[in-house]
Amino acid sequence: MTLDFARRVAVTLRLNGRDVTTVVSPRSTLLDWLREEAGLTGAKKGCNEGACGTCTVLVDGHRMNGCLTLVVQCANREITTVEGLAGPGGEPHPVQRAFAEHDAFQCGYCTPGQLMSAVACIAEGHATDDGIVREWMSGNICRCSAYPQITAAVLAAAQETQAAVRAQRARR
Amino acid sequence: MRDFGYARAGTAASAVEALADPGTSAIAGGTELLNWFRLGIAAADRVIDIGDLDELHGITVDGGELRIGALATLNEVGEHPLVTRLAGALASACLQAASAQVRNRATIGGNVLQRTRCPYFRAEEPVPWPCNKREEGSGCAALAGRHERQAVFGWTGDCVAVQPSDPAVALAALDAQAEVLGPAGPRTIPMREFHLAQQEAAHMGEPMRETRLGPGELITGYRLPASTDGQAYIKVRERASYEYAIVSAAATVRTAEGPGGPRIAAARVALGSVAQRPWRLPGAEAELPGTPLTREALAPVIERAMADAAPLPQNGFKVTMARNAAVRALLTAGLTAAGLTAGGQP
Repeated sequence: MTLDFARRVAVTLRLNGRDVTTVVSPRSTLLDWLREEAGLTGAKKGCNEGACGTCTVLVDGHRMNGCLTLVVQCANREITTVEGLAGPGGEPHPVQRAFAEHDAFQCGYCTPGQLMSAVACIAEGHATDDGIVREWMSGNICRCSAYPQITAAVLAAAQETQAAVRAQRARR
Repeated sequence: MRDFGYARAGTAASAVEALADPGTSAIAGGTELLNWFRLGIAAADRVIDIGDLDELHGITVDGGELRIGALATLNEVGEHPLVTRLAGALASACLQAASAQVRNRATIGGNVLQRTRCPYFRAEEPVPWPCNKREEGSGCAALAGRHERQAVFGWTGDCVAVQPSDPAVALAALDAQAEVLGPAGPRTIPMREFHLAQQEAAHMGEPMRETRLGPGELITGYRLPASTDGQAYIKVRERASYEYAIVSAAATVRTAEGPGGPRIAAARVALGSVAQRPWRLPGAEAELPGTPLTREALAPVIERAMADAAPLPQNGFKVTMARNAAVRALLTAGLTAAGLTAGGQP
């Protein structure tokens, strides 16, 4: 069997809850496609080599660097960007609220990636104390150095999430 | 990044068939390949995606051996209960590599094929200075320039680069075997021999060769002896997280009670980021049995085993740091084996 090496590839994926089909060049990164084709400019292009983390998005719930991911590798996967975090009525996600409450940013350029990474960090169970949050959030660089506030926001959002889960269990 | 043709492999055999064409690259996580394409370190007309191959997934124990599929991500390996229990140094090395989001993409198969972080090598083309890895015969800018992070063992005048992989160091210390599939069928390569120091490559008549992986061969997984010996991976770096090692050390230790406390019964130790391959210390491994688990007793053994270190003008400090990392790795692994630390059974 000889494989067909395509120069244009049709890819169907789920983007922030919507099914999308797109035709891309194989070299298109998820980051470039999100920003230039899908019109979602929340994920930022910082270093474009996996070093800064501001392009972090969720692929099937796992945080990944959009700049190190090809669109063709996302076929049939579910992509969540910062634009997909808020609730149906536009109410901020608990992690977004925690970042605002804790002043967890200055210039804001790294914030979309910090938020997506924080959501995953909490879901993974890696938001248990200051040191563990700093270790598991180290892939998101903040040039303004808002790290103490970011760490506090992640821990606060984790506590809120856990409290909500407990309350939901108690109601059942 | 130049464009390329793209196909997804349905079987490992079809991927290997495609890789017989030298213009074809395999992609799994892509965290290294895409940066090679951007910098001009590699170019491919065709990319074969091996991400769908079920046969390359999975972490299992089989007859006293741990088997890790090449497509397991660094986070999967690092947090898998079988790996933390039976290959703790590898789990630790995986979780100390890169960042949480890179580790969700990077695979254990691809990780050991990453190339040096020498800044002269990692330049965007056209490369403005000599680098034999980028253009053979052009020279080595690091040798005459900045080389404080480069090799203290096994280098030549052609290249002084080090291999930066953390997991490779643990795999070498743990006597892992890489399972490889190629045009001639499957074979295994011991991980302590997988990478080549520049002197070894020169001896083979291929001075720029970096591994024993042949053309068109694909790593499909690893086999490691399942071990309940104490294990440790110590990584020394300029930041507490998300940074390449200046030096590192992986160790596995079995202990026995001796007069005045536990002593080493058997040990294996490998240094990282000191050469273009993980650097096992067979001299120390032969001498360590019977040695008490103290810094004072261990340091001279490691020093003797590192007597052939040949640091460059700017990196003599790495010899001292590597010795200390090896001692710490042996102490941590040994105390865990003896049940004397929080990491082991109390």
